[in-house]
Amino acid sequence: MTPLLDVRGLTKRYGARIGCLDVSFRLYPGEVLGIVGESGSGKSTLLNCLAGHLAPDAGQVVFDTRSDGPRDVLAMSEPERRMLGRTDWAFVHQNPRDGLRMRISAGGNVGERLMAVGARHYGDIRAVATDWLGRVEISETRIDDRPSGFSGGMQQRLQIARNLVTGPRLVFMDEPTGGLDVSVQARLLDLIRGLVRRMGLSAIVVTHDLAVVRLLADRLMVMKDGHVIETGLTDQVLDDPQAPYTQLLVSSVLQV
Amino acid sequence: MNHTDYNFAYLDEQTKRMIRRAILKGVAVPGYQVPFASREMPMPYGWGTGGVQVTAACLVPEDVLKVIDQGADDTTNAVSIRKFFEKTAQVAVTEKTLEATIIQTRHRIPETALTEDQILVYQVPIPEPLRFLEPSEVETRKMHALEEYGLMHVKLYEDIARHGAIATAYAYPVKVEGRYVMDPSPIPKFDNPKLESPALQLFGAGREQRIYAVPPFTQVVSLDFDDHPFDPSKAPHPCALCGADDSYLDEVITDDAGGRMFVCSDTDFCAGRREDAP
Repeated sequence: MTPLLDVRGLTKRYGARIGCLDVSFRLYPGEVLGIVGESGSGKSTLLNCLAGHLAPDAGQVVFDTRSDGPRDVLAMSEPERRMLGRTDWAFVHQNPRDGLRMRISAGGNVGERLMAVGARHYGDIRAVATDWLGRVEISETRIDDRPSGFSGGMQQRLQIARNLVTGPRLVFMDEPTGGLDVSVQARLLDLIRGLVRRMGLSAIVVTHDLAVVRLLADRLMVMKDGHVIETGLTDQVLDDPQAPYTQLLVSSVLQV
Repeated sequence: MNHTDYNFAYLDEQTKRMIRRAILKGVAVPGYQVPFASREMPMPYGWGTGGVQVTAACLVPEDVLKVIDQGADDTTNAVSIRKFFEKTAQVAVTEKTLEATIIQTRHRIPETALTEDQILVYQVPIPEPLRFLEPSEVETRKMHALEEYGLMHVKLYEDIARHGAIATAYAYPVKVEGRYVMDPSPIPKFDNPKLESPALQLFGAGREQRIYAVPPFTQVVSLDFDDHPFDPSKAPHPCALCGADDSYLDEVITDDAGGRMFVCSDTDFCAGRREDAP
């Protein structure tokens, strides 16, 4: 089976400091990979390098494209990479304000990616937008409202709809539940899990919240100081952590 | 000071040369915004400093100049720019569209069809059609370079969602020769079909330091949706003075009791029709 994403020796330095060092992993279709670690461990740097927001200093990111098979994303031309960014890839930001256009209606936000790939029929765009708002549990009557009037949870759900509307195969998520209260978090996680399973998406989820990866991720990568210190199946890593840092991380979770 | 103290058409020759280079580049790449080193002009930004510089760079002593503002030859802006070139270039001026070789305009394209011997110079406030959607210049340049114009349709989508129709009535975005999306300056969308013209059209934005061009007989398509096609609408009236029913109309309030009349915004066109009428 061809991996959807094959990362080899990815390195990013900020001058003398290390962002992430020599990270390699494979992600197979339909798989959800969690990346955990404390603040400053390099997990966001890694995600941004993978998604093409940052240029890594060394390494390869080989993506199994629909048309030409596996290709190194970093060697692609910029138009190709940006095209990938709005068709087969999606990026869910921690803060929905970074991922949404706050001055444009919910329908326009969802329709933007469709129009970016050439949809030119208003009625069709609106029908798809309505359908997607329904799938992320936003009432159809809010379609012409701006996201600035939405609650935090609704904004995050809208961001997810906006990203998934073109049927991507790989979703990058940066702390998707950050800043939400726990009950809203739980519903959002439920929703994401349902969408990921139903659409057969592959996803890379960066978070410091172990509960999120426990629910979403099939496999887990633990990072510290820019290095990957432990990988394995999620339950295996969380229930039987081997590295001292992972043991600390798991034992630091508050039990209610 | 004697007016002969000015170089011909106010600007020095090096500056005109620099502007002509930008114009040539603009003509070579239709719809592309060419940066140029805009000069301080003896008038405030917003009064047509970009258009004046382009006109100054194009003028030769044999030219006949016409200046219009909102279609009219006799409004402040038009009169002062016309006087400016009368004084600094001693060129002949006219109000007749057919007699002019260079027409500087703000907000309108003349109703009378232009010819291959004419240059139409537009004054442009904001040359970037994507500006109000994407504030970053770095990003908009990248979007132009990579032909990523989906965002322009998001604006039109918003119009329909909010107003039931594309409510953009002026500065209606167009795609030039199938490549660059361009802001045609704040002309009414009624004038958009006239952008496909035998005349050379030059656009100058002084404050924003950009020049762009639509060469003669270039394809200019107004953006729209398949199920909401472009509609070059105008007020549904004939002109109250000349009776024309195919020209763009201004609504003029005549008293404080709701009285109003619709008259041609192109004063030369309207006067010409009234002269010709028996």
